[in-house]
Amino acid sequence: MTGTSYSRWIGLAFAAGLFVLLVLPKILAPYYLGLAVKMMIFALFAMSLDLLIGFTGMASLGHAAYFGLSAYATGLLALKLGWNVWLALPAGLIMSGLAAVLFGLLALRTRGSYFLMITLALSQLMWGIAFGWRSLTGGDDGLPSVPRPDLGIGISMADGANFYYFVLLIAAIATFLMVRIVSSPFGYALRGIRESETRMLALGYNVWLYKFAIFIIAALFAGLAGILYVYYNRFVSPDYIHVARSAEVLLMVILGGAGTLIGPAFGAALIVFFENLISAYTERWVMLMGFVYLIVALFAPNGIAGLIRDYRKKRASS
Amino acid sequence: MNFWVLQTLNGISFGMLLFLLASGLSLIYGLMKILNLAHGSFYLLGGYAGLVVVQKTGSFLLAVAAATFAIVLIGVLMERFLLRRLHLQEMPQTLLTFGFLFIFSDLAMLIWGSNPETVPKPEMFSQSIEIAGFFYPSYRLFIIGFGLAVALVLWWIQDGTRVGAMIRAGVDNEEIARALGINVSLLFTLVFALGAFLAALGGVMGGPIMGVYPGADFEVLLLGFVVVIIGGLGSLKGALIGGLIVGLLDNFGKVFFPEFALFTIFAPMALILAVRPTGLFGRE
Repeated sequence: MTGTSYSRWIGLAFAAGLFVLLVLPKILAPYYLGLAVKMMIFALFAMSLDLLIGFTGMASLGHAAYFGLSAYATGLLALKLGWNVWLALPAGLIMSGLAAVLFGLLALRTRGSYFLMITLALSQLMWGIAFGWRSLTGGDDGLPSVPRPDLGIGISMADGANFYYFVLLIAAIATFLMVRIVSSPFGYALRGIRESETRMLALGYNVWLYKFAIFIIAALFAGLAGILYVYYNRFVSPDYIHVARSAEVLLMVILGGAGTLIGPAFGAALIVFFENLISAYTERWVMLMGFVYLIVALFAPNGIAGLIRDYRKKRASS
Repeated sequence: MNFWVLQTLNGISFGMLLFLLASGLSLIYGLMKILNLAHGSFYLLGGYAGLVVVQKTGSFLLAVAAATFAIVLIGVLMERFLLRRLHLQEMPQTLLTFGFLFIFSDLAMLIWGSNPETVPKPEMFSQSIEIAGFFYPSYRLFIIGFGLAVALVLWWIQDGTRVGAMIRAGVDNEEIARALGINVSLLFTLVFALGAFLAALGGVMGGPIMGVYPGADFEVLLLGFVVVIIGGLGSLKGALIGGLIVGLLDNFGKVFFPEFALFTIFAPMALILAVRPTGLFGRE
């Protein structure tokens, strides 16, 4: 298959996918539509982590911090002060952004395994605070009955289809922005940093600034996913920030194939679906998910995208 | 006055448990470059295994022996059959040890339920003793002494034995060590086993004072990481000093600001990162 016809196929598949996403509310039962919303939210979350892991080579084990902090900020403001989505959503993003500035300044002092440990430790400290600060966060019980977003234009978000389109619109805009980011000169500089920091330094790039910028950008997109998730669940609890959540999104990225954006989105949908499926049948779904981690680590360390790449290479050479 | 002495001793004894945990994390990383997220599981399962043996036999000593043996066995199997295949592949290693963390935490929930348990203290240290006019649980003093003894033994192994020299060679340059005929592959298993042993030891020894409960695995993993971040990866001295710092901070934090206990850990960690990103005794 030649390059042009290949990209034409991708364009066609993309258009077909978009069409399916648009008509989904007409064909899916409300329960499955809800599941589709959850998949889109986690696809967004996974793509945001891919900006760090796949494109810049920065493996964060604490990405749930930004997902959860924005969710708490938006949830609290909507619940306690009655802020509508036009105020509560930007406020949530600012919360994630500020956390990313602070944590980025600390974590970017290091690299490699220290970076892994520090991102994990920082996010888990945030979990501890969400867990311990009962008077504000409700501690372990979380914050129930967060209202659905109110756009103030007479569209009820209590309606499943309307909320679905709301999430789809935001996820589509965010995806478009992320694709633009990774295909811009900035995005290519990030790939350069992933391949060799010293070479990029020698070329005169301010590597630290690039890493700092993408760290904050990734946190903002993760924060956006967290905000959508709190509107979706109408509930926020320390689980949003827990390291298990960071691990889950890492699994989505690796399973789909880091550095491809579409792969992690697909990985997210797959994991959300699978978790939903097994948790309906067994209480031991945490353990089963644990085995999924082992299987991916041992047999698909480059994810589904990697498997496809290997397959195509094999076919091309035979 | 008593209050300060008491809380300081509490902090130091907790710090010793953190040292047991963090020294293993640090040793494993130093040689194998593996960040073992299942280290918290070794602590938790060690605690539970110890609990079972104490309940069945009444012997704390036997509990320590059996629990550490069981966890070392798990660790050796993990290393020999799985981790080994992912040598120096950071992401797959991370996923693999995450997987074990979840599997073991759910397994513990399945077997022991969600109620917190406490391992009974050994008979010999069940009383409080009087020092300088006030009473203090002798078991906590025992932990402090025991932790120091373990530190000395680890030092001796590292600096005074042939195996220690081999490990140091492996840490410095794995390939040269292999070329010199050192069986690095065996060292990997040994060090991973030693790390698992130390974590399980922490679990059993900590059982009487910290309890064993679901979530303890994640909790001690976080604290272990903070210890290593403060002390420096791959350094025994760092694990000891870091353990004491975090133990004291955590204890006083819980006493003074129960809702924000973790802030007291966060602040010094941030400070260390700002000044010395590789920790007090770590090397780049």
